[in-house]
Amino acid sequence: MMLKLDGVSKVYRVGAFGGRELKAVSDVSFEVGEGEVVSLIGESGSGKSTIGRMILRLASISSGTITFDGRDITSIKDRKEYYRQVQGVFQDPFSCYNPVFRADRVFSMIKEQYFPRVGADEWRKRVAAALESVRLDPGNVLGKYPHQLSGGQLQRMLIARAVLLDIRLLVADEIISMLDASTRIDVLNLLADLRARGLGILFVTHDLSLGNYVSDRTVVLRHGKIVEMGRTDLVFGNPVHPYTRSLLASVPRLHTKWADVATGDDVPCAYHEAPRDSRTRPGLAEVEAGHWVACAGCAASGIEEKKIKEKA
Amino acid sequence: MSEASPEAQPRTPTARREALHFALRNRKLVVGTIIIGVFLVAAVFGPMTIDHKPTDYVGPPMTPPSSEFWFGTTTFGQDVFAQFLYGLRSTFLVGALGGVLAAAVGMVVGFVAGYRGGWVDELLNMLTNIVLVLPALVVLLIVNAYLGVRSIGVQALFIGLTSWPWAARAIRAQTFSLRSRDFVDLARLSGVRTPKIILREIAPNMSSYLFLTFILLFGSAILIAASLDFIGLGPTDSVSLGLMLNNAARWSALQLGMWWWFIPPGAGITAIVGALYVMNVGLDEVFNPKLREM
Repeated sequence: MMLKLDGVSKVYRVGAFGGRELKAVSDVSFEVGEGEVVSLIGESGSGKSTIGRMILRLASISSGTITFDGRDITSIKDRKEYYRQVQGVFQDPFSCYNPVFRADRVFSMIKEQYFPRVGADEWRKRVAAALESVRLDPGNVLGKYPHQLSGGQLQRMLIARAVLLDIRLLVADEIISMLDASTRIDVLNLLADLRARGLGILFVTHDLSLGNYVSDRTVVLRHGKIVEMGRTDLVFGNPVHPYTRSLLASVPRLHTKWADVATGDDVPCAYHEAPRDSRTRPGLAEVEAGHWVACAGCAASGIEEKKIKEKA
Repeated sequence: MSEASPEAQPRTPTARREALHFALRNRKLVVGTIIIGVFLVAAVFGPMTIDHKPTDYVGPPMTPPSSEFWFGTTTFGQDVFAQFLYGLRSTFLVGALGGVLAAAVGMVVGFVAGYRGGWVDELLNMLTNIVLVLPALVVLLIVNAYLGVRSIGVQALFIGLTSWPWAARAIRAQTFSLRSRDFVDLARLSGVRTPKIILREIAPNMSSYLFLTFILLFGSAILIAASLDFIGLGPTDSVSLGLMLNNAARWSALQLGMWWWFIPPGAGITAIVGALYVMNVGLDEVFNPKLREM
């Protein structure tokens, strides 16, 4: 596996004197392989963006390890070497550009840092090719200031920037959520193109339908913990964890009125019902091949947890 | 531009030309620059045109402005115009040296504290607060009085070392809010090193702010120097605008109606500091595309 998270946690110190601890991510383990799209789904505050930032080394890891090609990423001294293979695109395209400079500065920054020896003409050709690969007209976007371009154009330029580097893993953190519905599908299809080139993509989102549309595997997070993960068709086709079920049930559907949506409350805990030897990952039971689920109460508040344990 | 960016060469001149395009059309900036320029030229080249020392007794005492003595003479027959030109020179010198030093210290402390955060921030913040609560003028008085340092350079040094804290605090706060912006993360993802991120991502976003800081420090250095001079703690080996005011007050120029003795230095200080402020407002509009009106 190209990228592997093993028991990764992130703890923030909060309160006036840093006396209290806030566990944003606890004990998360999953993998992203080459040419694979893994979507990380969770509500606001579930720690999904923090995981993305830890993979990009923008946030420190409190415990656990993240390995890339078998190497612990914190042991890679040369950050440039790592960033040459792993890049990120963030949620808000407008704030990714320094408002004082032209938008194409993101390309010249890459050239300056990684390709100082490439000639100006050759580089211009490469930039044009990268822009065309994200279906942008170079003449339309080069030499403009960020406020003169649309969110979709800016977001695609950021993807083009990653393409210039020939990366192997892209962390796409909510890259669709700030875009218009009409440009969403273009950007999604771009990701499919990238996957076809063999890139691994970690697609961080809160939107279930997007996750379902693009990904091979899905990881559902709640309160910093994995509640369910596995092949996307299994997780979405046969959700086992009550949280995943309620998430799926909360997606508005055509032909169904709000009131008709049933909330499945009394579901037995799949983790405790599954045989002991199926607990192949810490805290997760493999309910079918390639489909893991956590205890129904583990990610819930204390009282619920007790209730479910009593039942089991 | 550093040596690592030969490819940025074709871009830079166009960006510079564009800034110039807006700069030349900004009336505030042009007016402020002209005023500062005129005074600067007078300060640099003016003293060369005068063949006597500013403290020499060259004419009849207490004469109002005339064609021979443009700004009149003092009670002792010293040429006020000559004193004014030499005074301008030391005013610019003390403002530039003190302002540059204070701005440099303030920027380094502010940027490092704001960008690094953590214990570095705590430490630098403590230092800033300590210097901030020192009554700077009193310290300057004591230092000046006891050490007997009476040269413009030393005066500028002490002014610079005591007036940086508020600049450091303001820059730290700005840096704090800018460092969490996505474009800083993007620069880090591009492998850009920390000093370069501060210089080329964070600083340009507050360039007008940094210039404002420098202008305020420049102006306040001039004012602090003038106050020191006025109460008699100025340089003994040269003339300054503050020293002229001090002499005018000591010899009752106001009561004797010798307006030509105190108006030029007072107006000079006011014009320089005022022009710097006007320049800054204009530059803000040039640097920040959002403030441009055209």
